Amino acid sequence: MAEAMGFFTDPTVCIGCKACEVACKQWNQLPALDDARKTLSGDSYDNTRKLDGTHWRHVKFIEQIDEDRRDGRWTMLSDVCKHCVQAGCLEVCPTNAIIRTEFDTVVIQSDTCNGCKACIAACPFGVIDINPVSNTAQKCTLCYDRLQAGMEPACSQACPTDSIVFGPVRELKERAARRVDQLHAAGEKRAVLYGADEKMLGGLNAFFLLVDRPEVYGLPPDPKMPSRHLVPGTLFTMLGALIVGLVSIFNFRDRRADEAGRD
Amino acid sequence: MYPRAMEDSDCVLVMGSNMAENHPVAFRWPMKAKVEHGAKLIHVDPRFTRTSAMADIYAPLRAGSDIAFLGGLVNFVLNSERWNQDPFFRTFVSTYTNASTIISSEFRDTEDLDGVFSGLMAYTGDAEEWPFNGFIGEYKSSSWKYAGSDTHSRGRIADTQRSGEQANDGPGDERTKRALKNAASGPPYDRMVQALVGAPELRDETLANPRSVLQIVRRHFSRYTPEMVEQVTGCPRDLFLRVAQTILDNSGAERTTSIAYAVAWTQHTYGVQIIGCAALLQLLLGNVGRPGAGIVALRGHASIQGSTDIPTLYHSIHGYMAHPSALKPHASLAEWLVEETQPTGYWANTPKFMVSYLKSMYGAAATRDNNFGYDWHPKIIGDHSHMPMFVAMNEGRVKGMFCIGQNPATSLNAKLERSGLRKLEWLVVKDNWLHETSMFWKTAPEVRSGEVATADIATEVFFFPSSQVAEYDGSFTNTQRMLQWHYKAANAPGDCRSDMYFTYELGKRLKKLYANSTLARDEGFKHMVWDYESDDARDRQMGEPGSEKILKEINGFYSDNPGRHLAGAEDLSDDGSTSCASWIYCGVFPSPGENRSANRVADKPGVRGAQLGWGFAWPSNRRILYNRVSADPQGRPWSERKKYIWWDEAQRKWVGLDVPDFPETKPPTQQPVPGATGMDAHSGTDAFILKADGVGWLYVPEGLVDGPLPTHYEPAESPVRNPLYRQQSSPVLKYWNVAGNPLADVADPKYPHVITTYRLTEHYLSGAMSRWNPWLAELQPELFVELSPELAREKGIANLDRVRITSPRASVHAKALVTRRMQPLKIAGQMVHQVGMPFHWGWEGLTTGDVVNEMSALIGDPNVSMHEGKAFVCNVQKA
Repeated sequence: MAEAMGFFTDPTVCIGCKACEVACKQWNQLPALDDARKTLSGDSYDNTRKLDGTHWRHVKFIEQIDEDRRDGRWTMLSDVCKHCVQAGCLEVCPTNAIIRTEFDTVVIQSDTCNGCKACIAACPFGVIDINPVSNTAQKCTLCYDRLQAGMEPACSQACPTDSIVFGPVRELKERAARRVDQLHAAGEKRAVLYGADEKMLGGLNAFFLLVDRPEVYGLPPDPKMPSRHLVPGTLFTMLGALIVGLVSIFNFRDRRADEAGRD
Repeated sequence: MYPRAMEDSDCVLVMGSNMAENHPVAFRWPMKAKVEHGAKLIHVDPRFTRTSAMADIYAPLRAGSDIAFLGGLVNFVLNSERWNQDPFFRTFVSTYTNASTIISSEFRDTEDLDGVFSGLMAYTGDAEEWPFNGFIGEYKSSSWKYAGSDTHSRGRIADTQRSGEQANDGPGDERTKRALKNAASGPPYDRMVQALVGAPELRDETLANPRSVLQIVRRHFSRYTPEMVEQVTGCPRDLFLRVAQTILDNSGAERTTSIAYAVAWTQHTYGVQIIGCAALLQLLLGNVGRPGAGIVALRGHASIQGSTDIPTLYHSIHGYMAHPSALKPHASLAEWLVEETQPTGYWANTPKFMVSYLKSMYGAAATRDNNFGYDWHPKIIGDHSHMPMFVAMNEGRVKGMFCIGQNPATSLNAKLERSGLRKLEWLVVKDNWLHETSMFWKTAPEVRSGEVATADIATEVFFFPSSQVAEYDGSFTNTQRMLQWHYKAANAPGDCRSDMYFTYELGKRLKKLYANSTLARDEGFKHMVWDYESDDARDRQMGEPGSEKILKEINGFYSDNPGRHLAGAEDLSDDGSTSCASWIYCGVFPSPGENRSANRVADKPGVRGAQLGWGFAWPSNRRILYNRVSADPQGRPWSERKKYIWWDEAQRKWVGLDVPDFPETKPPTQQPVPGATGMDAHSGTDAFILKADGVGWLYVPEGLVDGPLPTHYEPAESPVRNPLYRQQSSPVLKYWNVAGNPLADVADPKYPHVITTYRLTEHYLSGAMSRWNPWLAELQPELFVELSPELAREKGIANLDRVRITSPRASVHAKALVTRRMQPLKIAGQMVHQVGMPFHWGWEGLTTGDVVNEMSALIGDPNVSMHEGKAFVCNVQKA
């Protein structure tokens, strides 16, 4: 396998221009919205609202401004598929349409996807949805076709401020660590990386720098694999069976007693 | 300066611009400075925008109060201990600016006359044939001049003076008569230039003379205290002081601050003065001509710089020369040359530029005997810019219009512009889509409402589909003055053609129509050189001209050997032996096959340089203008950190990272030759080579029509009285008092709020290029008005409510976007609310909305006729 490739996304230099959204749509030929979202959201400058089957990059706009305006922040963060090292979507796909590529990225192959939606529920980040044109589940491919041709993904190439950086994950982590140090030195003590270490789903190949709690950015603080629920789930099933069995036994006994009493 | 140079800045002030949103690619460079070496980023703006989001300091201000803020910075700097003690500032200002020059004793400042300068009078300059210049008043500017200059020193003058709309002190003195006599016997015109040389200006090197520029500037800005800044702009005093201190801390021999502005400084009735105030501040701080220093004029379009160099402007011909005007002493070539030539400094070469230009127009037909065809050249008769043109259209004075790359049906006071369009006999629209202007006769709001019937509109409308930039060869000129060639990537679909095709074909057909005319007025068309046949067979078949042939005409060549190109402006002559359309571009195409705008050699990463191998920047591939000042008067770098151009004593020439913007071998110790012309009149420290006196102007003795120093005036429509002076707004602004263009009174209770209009990243201008693109339309799908929660509460408006916004001209509807990014400001004790609206929408395209520009007025800056769209008044109600 080639070296693991990914994205480092840094909202502290994101200007919310959405060039990533448009570059992604253009390269991947994704249609524009044709639903109720074609109206103003009223939520800052975010009108595409979420990642889904036709939005593989999505810029979030978070306004945090005090009432007296003495302290204010407007954060923009370009969200994307995290290309998890332990990917829930890949695990649950019944047709093996979701594969891990030679770049350690996670790609849904449309020709073998049957649109069962299992991956949509399995993704802890809400990244995947059905593309109404193909009727299959779709998400960011980390521009697999471009990578195979030795090119950079469309979104990071279009990013004017290098808020989205593409490269070998190992190098990105070094770069990200330097940026965190720099922000700490500049007084931004809240700067922290999200998904850069293996604790989170074995590591996110598309990881982020955050300057607030993950929830503020709509990111789960502790995302889990769907299979993580398997062990306790099995226990619950066994316990449940036991209880049902016991209740049944007592029930039968009671009924027998009732029947006996009627006699 | 240019955007990339901002990577060398230690502090960047973005003001009058939403750089991150509207120039996201250029914004890469200040972000690089911020991330890589901790440059401080400051944003001063009425709204907290995506630029503010990136800033270290965001300072709010009331829309239109920029001069009060900048004037406050000037006052702060002049009174600071550091500026008065650091020898860098003293040396820079006394050597490289006109700080020491003595001003005429007749000059009276706004301090003396409560808000106006000496010389104010009624305006009477309109020509009978074109009474649309719009001035409400006029200054006779003779009292503003340098002391001892017996007549105007023939500096480069403002557009309005160049076009003759406003009087200047015309010829009539002995010197002018002598020059005219000499001009008549030219070429050569050297004796004419010599005859124009006047007495040198008086200076006081101690800077103590009360009539010296520095002392006048000190007095003028003394009332712009931090307290006054807070009163006028609404910016809290402590925040203003933080901005001021940060800029001062990041200026000097070791550090530089840059300023970036865009149309939020230009779109005012005093826009030129705002920019002038920024220039004054930067000159005081030594932030000019050095790495990471200067003022970046961010451009709103890809090649807007090119469209002023090779102008689509009415008042100038190529290379910033004045367009011949019927209102000025321009009756003959000799008179034009005497009127427009500045005898000292680089502009002394004007006769060479002009004669070579005329040769490019009329070729072999232009000879010494017919004054190189000057008499064939059209002349202007007043202000022919956008607003007066539509006023004239409404009066039925304009028969037809070519509308290329513009959408006036959604432009200023749009209802009035559409009523103008209805008066045309014909309208040609060349664009990508059937936008509002091409459809005004069928789907405009007044047609759909039944107010106007299509059957009553006699305008014949022609639509030509346009090809896109990647479908033909050509060049862009960006704000760096850098030409970059681009190649055709694909053939245009269907009948789409380039703008070059359209213009070339139109010229060919007009020449044919006039071929047999015997009228004197048609001589120009008959002699016009118009031969750009492409060498490419397919282009020829499609009628597309050869782009490089046009570039060759712009660059210039020898008249007797057209195959020999000119290598640079130094090759130009005034006797007709050279042809050159635009002297500033001379050298971009120095020999056949050597198109320097197509150069693509980048500097090695990590090596300091000016990217001289990438494209071609006019003039002479210089990247930073006036870069002589990056060295001290003796020619040594001010500091190692800010080293750029310096004098190499061993080689006896100027060397460095850029092409020196100075005579290459003129030593720093060179003294001016008394009475000399051109560059010989300048010393080895006169770095501002285009200025007659060789120095940067803190005080502008001539050229501007609204005063030699920036002064805070209120916008033409304002909710408050001017807190600084009795004079409310500019006494010489342009206003067209016609039906449909009323203005609100000062503090009119019917229109209590300030409104500012702007662009979003997601759309482009009137939306003609973005509202038809589904990927962009979904990003900003509807028109909105941004307002603060405080104002929303006051008016009972909730987020996403439908709201009606009303100005004295019109009402529009939009959805409310309630956000703390907007904030009420306390102005002179009174709470003022501001609202903001993007102006991208119209009734055609994939996303539609009301035309915000219906609310704006035909009112403008007196120097450049730019409208005031950034600050006017309105009311907001729940619809």
